[in-house]
Amino acid sequence: MNSAINSVRHSRQAWRIGLQLLLVAVIGGLIYGAFVNAADNLERAHIASGFHFWNNSAGFDISQTLIPYSASTSTFGRAFWVGLLNTLLASALGVVLATLLGFTIGIARLSRNWLVARLAGGYVELVRNIPLLLQLLFWYNAVLKSLPELHDSIALPIGGFLNNRGLFLPRPVFASGIAAVGAALLVGIVAAIVLHVWARRRRERTGAPTAVGWWMAALIVGLPLATFALAGFPVAFELPQMSRFNVIGGLEILPEFAALVVALSVYTAAFIAEVVRAGILAVPPGQSEAAQALGLRSGTTLRLIVVPQAMRVIVPPLTSQYLNLIKNSSLAVAIGYPDLVQIFAGSVLNITGQAVEVIAITMAVYLTISLVTSLLMNLYGRMTAVAER
Amino acid sequence: MKRIATALSLALLLAFSAQAARAQTLQTVKQRGQLICGANGTLAGFGLPDPQGNWTGFDVDFCRAIAAAIFNDPTKVKFVPLTAANRFTALQSGEIDVLARNTTWTMSRDTTLGVDFAAVTFFDGQGFIVHKSLKVSSALELNGASVCVQQGTTTELNLADYFRSHHMTLKTVTFATADEAVKAYDSGRCDSYTTDSSGLHGERLRLTNPDDNIVLPEIISKEPLSPSVRQGDDSWEDLVRWVHEAMLDAEEFGVTKSNVDEQLKSANPEIRRLLGAEGQFGQSLGLTNDWAYRIIKHIGNYGESFDRNVGEGSPLKIARGLNALWTKGGLQYGLPVR
Repeated sequence: MNSAINSVRHSRQAWRIGLQLLLVAVIGGLIYGAFVNAADNLERAHIASGFHFWNNSAGFDISQTLIPYSASTSTFGRAFWVGLLNTLLASALGVVLATLLGFTIGIARLSRNWLVARLAGGYVELVRNIPLLLQLLFWYNAVLKSLPELHDSIALPIGGFLNNRGLFLPRPVFASGIAAVGAALLVGIVAAIVLHVWARRRRERTGAPTAVGWWMAALIVGLPLATFALAGFPVAFELPQMSRFNVIGGLEILPEFAALVVALSVYTAAFIAEVVRAGILAVPPGQSEAAQALGLRSGTTLRLIVVPQAMRVIVPPLTSQYLNLIKNSSLAVAIGYPDLVQIFAGSVLNITGQAVEVIAITMAVYLTISLVTSLLMNLYGRMTAVAER
Repeated sequence: MKRIATALSLALLLAFSAQAARAQTLQTVKQRGQLICGANGTLAGFGLPDPQGNWTGFDVDFCRAIAAAIFNDPTKVKFVPLTAANRFTALQSGEIDVLARNTTWTMSRDTTLGVDFAAVTFFDGQGFIVHKSLKVSSALELNGASVCVQQGTTTELNLADYFRSHHMTLKTVTFATADEAVKAYDSGRCDSYTTDSSGLHGERLRLTNPDDNIVLPEIISKEPLSPSVRQGDDSWEDLVRWVHEAMLDAEEFGVTKSNVDEQLKSANPEIRRLLGAEGQFGQSLGLTNDWAYRIIKHIGNYGESFDRNVGEGSPLKIARGLNALWTKGGLQYGLPVR
């Protein structure tokens, strides 16, 4: 009897597995067929195909390069990496700024101060209801139009310039010995973490709080600073110089970059603010009341009781907002910021004419960036979800 | 985003169609009842719709001439505005029948893009426009300047080449469309904007204060502009090429829009062959024998189209220069209808 049930169960299971294998095979076959068919059609249409173009000389200039790049010697592959890094830079900065701004506004919206709450509410309604592309063009044109021309540049007190070509700051040039400072910073951070863990364990064991905040700050800031002084301040500053057409040298922040980062941060912050507000409201008021009954102050209540519980609700939709921001960064193409889409799916695609390969690579890159971001956020989400019983 | 969409549609078409539409373009056009022409859309003198939506320009006239030859009706054209970046994809994917969008004929485009160039309709070269306030009189004084440029163009590559070969540095700011690049130049983001010199004259008129800008004398490249078709449909390529040759021949023989009916009675055998009074030349293209008559009747000859759109009769006032007939010291040499 038992064996009969088992054999039925087994055959059903085998059937299910077989069905799934068949599905995988069909999908795989379709993809393979599409691939072969595309190659065949390209060949028939006399369109070059393959990835040989990767190592060919690019020949065009790029306005912002984080790694060395020159029009004459660099390859299309190099141009790809330049574009990818520019995308990552704008996205990473956008994520950080949008998070800071979004959390501030989300919390401000719940403020008991009438004016602050209304201002935050107005910000959200205004910003999230205007298409991002329009906001991007607004910021770009607002930035460009409001800044002075080269000859009327605003000279900054620290030895830089601000004009409609960008913001030019002194660029630090590090001498040898800076490695020691970096090492000191690393040691400081590790030591601070160890101290923090020790203090927490001690509190959990004895119940006595240990104020280690200042010690941690001293380790992280003081240790590198001391090393810096000991190494004899191994840094010089390259000052930007005014020339006939442009400001030369120094650290250059392009108006295109500034406009893109501002637009992405301001736009995404409105959505993050709503996510944060929803997360905080999802924590039952009884939690804060209980915390107050135990004698915790309101700041401490927020930090120790409300936020950790709210984070469990906040993280999944926050991940979506981060992914949106990263993908939206491809709108850079509208204002001339050299991101991956503008360099690779723009210039490289048009010079090589290999639309299929280039678009496939570009899509794969965005997919990878998004999946990695999701993965990291899921890990973080799992960390914050531990409190769940 | 349009560019991505076009590229994606091409990818899907290539991946899932049994065979992308290749041959038989003329038949398709005839069945459809109109020609679909990829044009510029933002360049005065070459391709620009007016506020009523009527397209005008030198390239536009070329497409109208093809329509006139096929349908005896120059209005049977649908114009698709394309950027430099999505133009070839639109042609490859079959979205358009012919690409007439001030496009430079280069070797790599001819050999790797699956397109064929029909005939050089305009000999052009790349130049620079600068703000007069800079007091620059030569491109060689632009060392260190910021230059706005449109991506996906030969211009982008020539620019880097020119500055490199003259040991000058530059800062390029690249935009997806000419419109954005010109706006950025106009707002002072760049010292100079560079494109084909014909384009510079057209764009200058759209600036806030055209008179505060000056086109520099240097021409830094060869830009033979040519309409193109998909590779593999030779008879369609023939048709597109001969539309251009017919317009050139007409100018050479003095056949114009206004006198074409009298010229029909001409005793000159070359004119008689061109206008279809003798021979079966139109039929061999898959058209009627009065194909060239139709072109001249509706559009005029090459010189008329040039003057009306970009030459002395237009706001652009571009000199014929290299585009004069070979009999007048230029490079335009109409092939014989024989």
